[in-house]
Amino acid sequence: MNLKEKLISSFLAFEDYLEDDSPIHDLRNTAIKNFEVKGFPTKKDEAWKYTSLNSLLKEDLSVFPKQESAIDFKDVKKYFLHEIDTYKIVFVDGIYSSFLSSTTHEGMDICLLSAALSKDKYKPIIENYFNKVVKEDSLTSLNTAFAKEGAYIFIPKNKEVEKPVEIINFYTGSEAALMLQPRNLIIVGENAHIQIIERHQSLSTNAVLTNAVTELFCEKRSMVDYYKIQNDLPEASLIDNTYIKQERDSVCSLHTFSFGGKLTRNNLNFYQWGEHCNSILKGITILEEKQHVDHNTLVHHIAPNCESHQDYKGIFDDSSTGVFNGKILVEREAQKLDAFQQNNNILISDKATINSKPQLEIFADDVKCSHGCTIGQLDEDALFYLRSRGIGQKEARALLMYAFANNVLESVKIPELKKRINRLIARKIGVSLGFDL
Amino acid sequence: MGKFTEDDLKKELETKEYEYGFYTDIESDTFPVGLNEDIVRAISLKKEEPQWMTDWRLEAFRSWQQMEEPEWANVTYKKPDFQNISYYSAPNKKAKYDSLDEVDPELLDTFNKLGISLDEQKKLAGVAVDIVMDSVSVATTFKSTLAKKGIIFCSISEAIKEHPELVKKYIGSVVPQKDNFYAALNSAVFSDGSFCYIPKGVRCPMELSTYFRINQAGTGQFERTLVIADEGSYVSYLEGCTAPMRDENQLHAAVVELIALDNAEIKYSTVQNWYPGGKDGKGGVFNFVTKRGLCEKNAKISWTQVETGSAVTWKYPSCVLKGDNSIGEFYSIAVTNNYQQADTGTKMIHLGKNTRSTIISKGISAGRSQNSYRGLVKISPRAENARNFSQCDSLLMGNNCGAHTFPYIEVSNKTAQIEHEATTSKIGEDQIFYCNQRGINTEKAIALIVNGFSKEVLNKLPMEFAVEAQKLLEISLEGSVG
Repeated sequence: MNLKEKLISSFLAFEDYLEDDSPIHDLRNTAIKNFEVKGFPTKKDEAWKYTSLNSLLKEDLSVFPKQESAIDFKDVKKYFLHEIDTYKIVFVDGIYSSFLSSTTHEGMDICLLSAALSKDKYKPIIENYFNKVVKEDSLTSLNTAFAKEGAYIFIPKNKEVEKPVEIINFYTGSEAALMLQPRNLIIVGENAHIQIIERHQSLSTNAVLTNAVTELFCEKRSMVDYYKIQNDLPEASLIDNTYIKQERDSVCSLHTFSFGGKLTRNNLNFYQWGEHCNSILKGITILEEKQHVDHNTLVHHIAPNCESHQDYKGIFDDSSTGVFNGKILVEREAQKLDAFQQNNNILISDKATINSKPQLEIFADDVKCSHGCTIGQLDEDALFYLRSRGIGQKEARALLMYAFANNVLESVKIPELKKRINRLIARKIGVSLGFDL
Repeated sequence: MGKFTEDDLKKELETKEYEYGFYTDIESDTFPVGLNEDIVRAISLKKEEPQWMTDWRLEAFRSWQQMEEPEWANVTYKKPDFQNISYYSAPNKKAKYDSLDEVDPELLDTFNKLGISLDEQKKLAGVAVDIVMDSVSVATTFKSTLAKKGIIFCSISEAIKEHPELVKKYIGSVVPQKDNFYAALNSAVFSDGSFCYIPKGVRCPMELSTYFRINQAGTGQFERTLVIADEGSYVSYLEGCTAPMRDENQLHAAVVELIALDNAEIKYSTVQNWYPGGKDGKGGVFNFVTKRGLCEKNAKISWTQVETGSAVTWKYPSCVLKGDNSIGEFYSIAVTNNYQQADTGTKMIHLGKNTRSTIISKGISAGRSQNSYRGLVKISPRAENARNFSQCDSLLMGNNCGAHTFPYIEVSNKTAQIEHEATTSKIGEDQIFYCNQRGINTEKAIALIVNGFSKEVLNKLPMEFAVEAQKLLEISLEGSVG
C-alpha cells in the first residue's frame, strides 16, 4: 500500500473517530476527494520541477502516532526563546502539550485549533475564516482533510500582543516514521500587532514528514511579524504551506531561516486584497551535505497602491540543492505598485546546485516591478583585503558570508531572536566571530 | 489646433491596417490536405531526394505521431488541425533564373511592394538574396561571387542533392528529429529552406539573406535552415519575413540549425513581421519555431531578433556552448499589439569551460496582447568559470496587456557567475511631457522613447536590417500611450 492509499483509507477511520457535527466535516470530505484526484505532486508539475518528494513518500510513514509521549522541559529548553517571556503553543507528535505551553484567553485567544473547532462560540469565526484563503492544491487539501490540531490565534481590534508567540512542534521519534499535519489559523484584527515564531523540531533520528498549513488573516492596519526557523535534524522533512490574506494598510513581514532538515519546501502565498498593503518576504538559507530547500513564493497583487519586497539569500555547500521559485502576479487593478524581488546565491562546493526561477506576471501598466537574481562566489579581492589585515582564511570567509546575509538579518525585530539566529549562522559556518551583527 | 489626445492616437493605431496585406495570385502546385507516411514520401519524391533523406523524414514522422502538442507555453490559441493542412506548395514555374528579367513579373511586383528590390540590394547593399516564396527557392543572386570563395549558399533541397555528405553529417545534429513536437513535424515534412556552408578560415564578404514569405492559402510553411561555419570562418546571416493578410490561421514551424566549429562565428539576425491577425484577434500566423546553435571551441553564435508579427509566437533561439571559451549572445525585441501573443526567449546551455553568454531581451506589449520572456541559463557541473548576464525589460502600454517573465536559472558549478535582472515599467508621463514641451508630438515622442528602449538590440542588427526594424517598430507600436 503506498502512502496515498494509506492516507485515503486512514481518512475513513479518522472520520469515524471524530464527532460528526464538526463544522468542517464537509470541507474534509471535499478535500480528501480533491487529494485523491490530484495525488502527490511530481516533477512533472511546473511548481515541483526542481523538488522531488519520491524519497520521502517511499518511507513507511505512520499517519497517526500510536501513543502519547511526554518530554521534559529541560531537554527542549534550548529550542524555546527562553531568554524572554513568550506565549507558547507546543505540540508533541501532533498532540497538544499543556505542560509545555503557555496560552491565554484574556482579551484575545492564543490557544488550540481543536478547541476552536469543537466549541460553539468559535463557530462563526471558523465559518468565516477556516480554509478561506488556501489553494486547492493536493498537499493543502490533504492537510485540510486531516486538520484537527494546531495553533489558533485570534487578536481583536486595537490589541497589541505584548510578547511574542511561539508555535513549536516537537517530534519524539515514537514511531519509526511519522507524518504530521499541523494546521494553524491566525486572525489578526484591525490595528492589532503580533509577533510569531514558528518552529518544527525533531528530537530523534527517526524520519518525519510534516505537511503544515497556516492561514493568516491580516485585517486593516494590522502589523504581523512572522519568523520561521527551520533548523531540524537531517532526517526531518517539512512541507510548509502558508497563506496570508492582507486587508488595506496592513503590513506583514515573514522571515524564513532555513538551516537544516532533509527536504524543506516553503509554499508562501501572499494575497493583497486591500490598498496600501506591504508584504515583506525575507529568507536566509545556509545548507550543507545533501540538504534541499525549495522556496516557492507567490505575491498576488490584487489592489492598487501596494508594495512587496522579497529578499532571499542562499549559501550552499557540499551537495546541497537550493531552489527559489518566486512569482509576482499583478492584476490589472493593482496600479501604482512597487514590487521588488531579489535572490542572491553563493555556491561554495563543486557539487552544490541552485535552481532559480524568479517570475513576473504583470497585467497592469502603471507599476514598478523588478527582480534580480545572482549566483556567484565570495569576492576574492575582499578576501584578500581581509587576509592582508591578519584575519584567517576561515574567519575572513565567514565574515563575508555574514555580511552577505546581513540585510535580511537586520530586519529581525526581536533582539533575542536575532542573537539566536546569529549563533545558528555562526555554528553553521563553523566559526565564532565574537560579535553580533 | 485641436489637441491630439491619447484617444485619437489609439483610434489611429487601431485603424492602421497591415501594410503588407496583399496576396499574389500565382498558380501553385499544391498537395492534397492531410498528413500520413505517403505524403511524407511524396514530398521526398517531389524533391528528388535520396533514400537516406526519405528514411530520415519517415523516422521523424513516426516519432511525431507518438508526441503530443506542448501546452506549457503562456499562450492560448485554437490548435491547428494537422490533417487539414497542405504540406507542400511550390510556385509553378520552377525554372531557375539567371537574371531578374526572367522572373515572373507578378512575383517581382510582390517583392517590390515589400520594398525588397533585388537590383537595389545587389547594387547598394551587396546582399545575396536567396528568396524563398512558398517553399521553393526561385532566385539566387551573387552565387558566383560566393562560389569563388568556396562558400555554398543554396536551397536545402539543392544541398541534399549536391552536398549530401555535409547535409547528412549535420542535419539533425543540433535539433534532433525527436527534439520537440514541431521540430519532429518539420523534420518530416520540411519543404525547403536555406543551406549555407562557409569553408575553413573564410570570412563571408557579404551578409547572406533569405526572405521568407508565406503565400498560398492554407499552406503550412516548414522551412529548414542549416548554417555551417567551418573552423575559423565568419558569416552574418539575415532572415526576414512578411506574409499577406489571410483570415485563417497559418502555421509556420521552422527549424534553424547553426553549427559553429572551432574559432568560427555566426551572426544570425531575424526580422519577423508576419501577419499578426486583425485588430479583433482574427487570423494571423502561428509561429512555432525551433532555433538552436552549437558552439565548438572558441566559437561564437549571436542571435538577434526583432519580432513584431505573428498572432502566436513560440520561439527560443538557443546556444549550446559545448566548446571551451565559446560565446553565446541573444538580443531580442518582441513587440505585441492587439491580440498578439508571444512567448519567446532563449536557452544558454553552458557545457564547456570559460563559456560566456549575454541575454538582452526587450518586450513591448500594447493593446490586448500578452508578451512573455521565457529563458533558461544552465551551467553544467563541468562548465568552470561560466559567465552569464541576462537583462529582460518590459514596457507596458495600456491597461489590457500583460508582460511576463519566466527565467529559469540552473547552476551546478560553484565558479559560475550569473546575473539576471528584469524590470517592468511604462513610458513615464514626464518623459512624454518633456518631449511635448520641446514641440515633439506625443506619437513621435513615443517612437523616440521606444527606440531608445530598444536601442541596445537595434544596434546589434546589420545596417540594412536596422532601418527596416525601426520602421517595423513604428508600424506596430507608435502610440498606445500608457
